[in-house]
Amino acid sequence: MPTVTSPMAGTVAHVLVQRGDTVQVGQDVVILESMKMEIAVQADIGGRVRAVKVNTGEFVDEGSDLLELE
Amino acid sequence: MGLEEELRAKIERIKQGGPQRYRERAKAEGRLLVRERLERLLDPGFGIEDGLFADDTDEGNPADAVVTGLGKIHGRKVCYMANDPTVKAGSWGPKTVEKILRIQETAANLRLPLIYLVDSAGARITHQVDMFPGRRHAGRIFYNEVMLSGLVPQLCLLFGPSAAGGAYIPAFCDTVVMVEGRASMYLGSPRMAEMVIGEKTTLEEMGGARMHCEVSGCGDVLVYSDVEAIDFARRYLQYFPTHCEDFPPTFAAADPSKDPSELEHLIPTNQNAPFDMFELIERLVDADSFLEIKGLFAKELITGLARLGGRVIGIVASQPKVKGGVLFVDSADKGTRFIALCDAFNIPLLFLADVPGFMIGSKVERQGIIRHGAKMIYAVSEATVPKISVIVRKVYGAGLYAMCGPAYGTDATLALPTAYIAVMGPEAAVNAVYYKKIMELQGEERERFIQERREEYRQDIDLYKLASRLIVDAIVPSARLREELISRFEAYASKRAINPRKRHGVMPV
Repeated sequence: MPTVTSPMAGTVAHVLVQRGDTVQVGQDVVILESMKMEIAVQADIGGRVRAVKVNTGEFVDEGSDLLELE
Repeated sequence: MGLEEELRAKIERIKQGGPQRYRERAKAEGRLLVRERLERLLDPGFGIEDGLFADDTDEGNPADAVVTGLGKIHGRKVCYMANDPTVKAGSWGPKTVEKILRIQETAANLRLPLIYLVDSAGARITHQVDMFPGRRHAGRIFYNEVMLSGLVPQLCLLFGPSAAGGAYIPAFCDTVVMVEGRASMYLGSPRMAEMVIGEKTTLEEMGGARMHCEVSGCGDVLVYSDVEAIDFARRYLQYFPTHCEDFPPTFAAADPSKDPSELEHLIPTNQNAPFDMFELIERLVDADSFLEIKGLFAKELITGLARLGGRVIGIVASQPKVKGGVLFVDSADKGTRFIALCDAFNIPLLFLADVPGFMIGSKVERQGIIRHGAKMIYAVSEATVPKISVIVRKVYGAGLYAMCGPAYGTDATLALPTAYIAVMGPEAAVNAVYYKKIMELQGEERERFIQERREEYRQDIDLYKLASRLIVDAIVPSARLREELISRFEAYASKRAINPRKRHGVMPV
């Protein structure tokens, strides 16, 4: 299953998409907070969001799943 | 046939290269033939070729599948080695190796840049006893590259495979340009991987150009055609001297492509918001002079050559838009290599710093971020070229050191009005120092205490306070940054710094 993963460890500040949305490559999909910086995570693959794997405030490590696409 | 005629006929035949069908296939696939590559790379007129008659026997291979010689690029002499993939897939025979060794020796004797146009299936295994293990065999090629490293520029243009041992030719070059979809590098082929370790993979996945330029960092520049690779080479060499005791050529100055005074509004005062460092670079350097190196790798750090008022400089810049500009293992490696490249060839360094520090957390600790970060700080310390560090926005902790802070033999540490230097940000600092007290308070009282301590902290590291302690050498209005840098690099051009004499340091790797 294609997934969008976190580029670095941090906390989920905002999830910008929801189940059913179509995302394009390069589109901002999640905002993380890490090292006190606002980190926009872009989708590196396109598709429809099948599942959002994280909640606001949750810790994610580098490589953790953020979105599942189909 | 007379002797002269016979010679001319042989020369023509050998220069054709391999069988007609391979030449035709190359053309059909949009690939240039080896001598077409050289013709595009080198200035017309001057040219010397050695070893044309290598392996000239009945079952022999024209020039033993490699062309070696001298030419000129923008009027300056260079040496080259170019595989001919139409001859036994560009594979190496014993004479191939000897020709390469000799052109390397020539480059060392004449102190000329060496360009490796690589397109080779690797060694001919049937001949391995005559070309793998011995003193003047393949291993010597890499030894020579190491001896040449930093003496003269060594550039690799990878047009096709560079397999197994051959992969070390690019590995020892300063910069490796790879043609997408065609160039590949790997120690063991997919066929070998399946046989020897049981892995099933494809060439592109395991060793393709894009993978190397984006993920492994073994590739520095990704291009999309043979022509683009060659044009890049001609452009790249203009940022370098011919050898390490000379200086890069200067050009006529050119204004930046965007207005430098726009810098005043470019940098967000909110330290935690992203901005695009390329927008700053575009308003600083001479138009069309920025030549990015490793642009697809560790994008949280930008490395590239540029000109400022016609003078070549190397830029190491944070990219706050990517991972907050935080330094990771790969960015530390990328920075180290680029700093070493510039220092090797008398290219002054400009650091544009906006970095929250090195990444923390168990993942990166297990990757050894301490020793990788130390490696970058080592490179910064060792560099004796003119070094200017510009504090663009926040610079925390060891990020200050890695981006050539004041303690690093820096010729000047300049701050923009948005600069912010601290061991760590206010939030983390207050949390560290007052943790016990904070835990003793509740609700609004706790909140107020935290805010007051953070405000105190911010005042403590106020930029003018730092400047009055001579932490920074100057605070520069953003719109004037370009002029300031041009003047300072001109001033520092006569810098001669010498590190303590020793065999060599023990570099963190």
